[in-house]
Amino acid sequence: MSSNNNTTVSPGGLPSRRNTELMMLVFAVVIPVFAYANVGLAKEGSLPAGMLGYGLGLGLLAGVAHLAVRRWAPYADPLMLPIATLLNGLGLVLIWRLDQEPTITTDRLGGPLAPGQLMWSTVGVALFIGVLLLLKDHRLLQRYTYISMVVALVLLALPIVVGEEINGARIWVRIPGVGSLQPGEFAKIIIAVFFAGYLMVKRDALALASRRVMGLYLPRGRDLGPILVIWAISLLILIFETDLGTSLLFFGIFVVMLYVATERTSWIIFGLLLSASGAVLVASTNAHVGERVNNWLNPLDRAANDGVTETAQAMFSFGSGGLFGSGLGQGYSRLIGGIAAKSDYILATVGEELGLAGLMAIVMLYALLIERGMRTALAARDPFGKLLAVGLAGVFAIQVFVVAGGVTALIPLTGMTMPFLAQGGSSVIANWALIALLLRISDTARRPAPAPAPSLDAEQTQVVRP
Amino acid sequence: MSELTLTVMRLGFLAVLWLFVIVAVQVIRSDLFGTRVTQRAAVRRPDQAGQRRERQPQPKARSGGRQRRGAPTKLVITEGSLAGTTVALQGQTITLGRAHDSTIVLDDDYASGRHARIYPDQNGQWIVEDLGSTNGTYLDRGRLTTPVPIPPGAPIRIGKTVIELRK
Repeated sequence: MSSNNNTTVSPGGLPSRRNTELMMLVFAVVIPVFAYANVGLAKEGSLPAGMLGYGLGLGLLAGVAHLAVRRWAPYADPLMLPIATLLNGLGLVLIWRLDQEPTITTDRLGGPLAPGQLMWSTVGVALFIGVLLLLKDHRLLQRYTYISMVVALVLLALPIVVGEEINGARIWVRIPGVGSLQPGEFAKIIIAVFFAGYLMVKRDALALASRRVMGLYLPRGRDLGPILVIWAISLLILIFETDLGTSLLFFGIFVVMLYVATERTSWIIFGLLLSASGAVLVASTNAHVGERVNNWLNPLDRAANDGVTETAQAMFSFGSGGLFGSGLGQGYSRLIGGIAAKSDYILATVGEELGLAGLMAIVMLYALLIERGMRTALAARDPFGKLLAVGLAGVFAIQVFVVAGGVTALIPLTGMTMPFLAQGGSSVIANWALIALLLRISDTARRPAPAPAPSLDAEQTQVVRP
Repeated sequence: MSELTLTVMRLGFLAVLWLFVIVAVQVIRSDLFGTRVTQRAAVRRPDQAGQRRERQPQPKARSGGRQRRGAPTKLVITEGSLAGTTVALQGQTITLGRAHDSTIVLDDDYASGRHARIYPDQNGQWIVEDLGSTNGTYLDRGRLTTPVPIPPGAPIRIGKTVIELRK
């Protein structure tokens, strides 16, 4: 973000790469269809009946999204849409595959969830197109810096007022006739808009007005204020909603964007110290979070319901998957039980049925998506676009880390969804909107500069020769 | 389904999944090998740098035969903070000044926002014109008052920056 940098870095290839995107999209639709056939052959010995329907549905979504990008963001990044489509398609197949297990597809657990997920994906793609269509320039969002702060806080606070508690976390809002919605998923995008707008204005004060103490840049109290306020808000969310994931995301994204905006390592150290102390504080006082931490530390102890902990079951499934997995449709992830196998623990199914090789491929896809987001931030010319792209890619990265780390028992499990892969309507919709925003920024960043207009006064002031 | 078919499908699926990742990495390879780091001050539109490089072998053909034999092909900054920067001459107008949209952005306290411009006339002769700058533009020793053709090798001085046209 240094402004006195005297060089520019420009991509060498052709600016528009829509045909590459189309090719990758076809690939991204074929892979889930292959997976679908694979599950059917493994479980019933024949191609599943709905294969054509799912394949066409996914293909149609991808095609419409591609046409929208071609029309309204012709210079956007060629990889984000195919990767998002592939992850969404694989998620649909995995949920459909888990729907085939009668023990976790009872009416009490909501029955088969894949049709609903396909519907939510359609809504998500519609929102994706809507964002591309209505938001012609991402800098428009800069005007709504403080409005978006208020909206994000209202969305975050909504479940405390009108929400309901499911699985110990109070993060859902029930809308009659539609279903449950997780406002936090949308708040994460809106809060990134606020941080980008705020830090763009304040970053010089935050970066330069500081004292140096023991090799660390210690910011002034009045600059430290906002970070402490954000920390307090995220702790309040944690306490009232017992939602470790969202508060971690909320605070983490602020620290990431502060670091990017100011180039001061001290912010990261402050952030880590504050989040660690906050987590310890809440874990020792709140029973629900404390139990999660306990499960993480001692996964083989007996769980609260006198059974095996889900953490242990997820680890068993990774172990039984081995290097190359048991094959799609041939795992036992139904044993994790309940709806968790389709949402929070969907990575355990990936790990068991596709093995370490498949899990790494999925992680690579997420990494590529995040890399494209960061690359967009590098290519963006305006500071707001840079910060917003970093923020959105950071939201995505932190969410993937928090979920994957929780499932693989690297950190305590938090109730968040794997973007695109896991079952959950709000998550799919919000993440499609996030991708649309990134595509919009990347379209602006990669658009070639307009050809210089013929100078009028060059014609008027020619040398008059005798 | 036989065990063999399922094993082939299982490994085949992993192969296809990784193939997607590898193709995706191929697509972004241009990030690693296709980028150019260009001096921002010298070239205002980096996307034109490639076209310029391609055109260089036949500059006369591009400018429709207007360019004379022995005409200068590049502008070189010989003194000042941008010393060493070159800009290819292709018949376009080159503006100099501190304004951000100038072809050459001068980081010079003595330069005006829109200080001077250099452009070819109908015969392909390069002309330098002062755009009403505060501290003036000097060709050799004389301060410019009207647009003047640039003799080959003559230094143009703007503040601390010296520019020459070369073949």
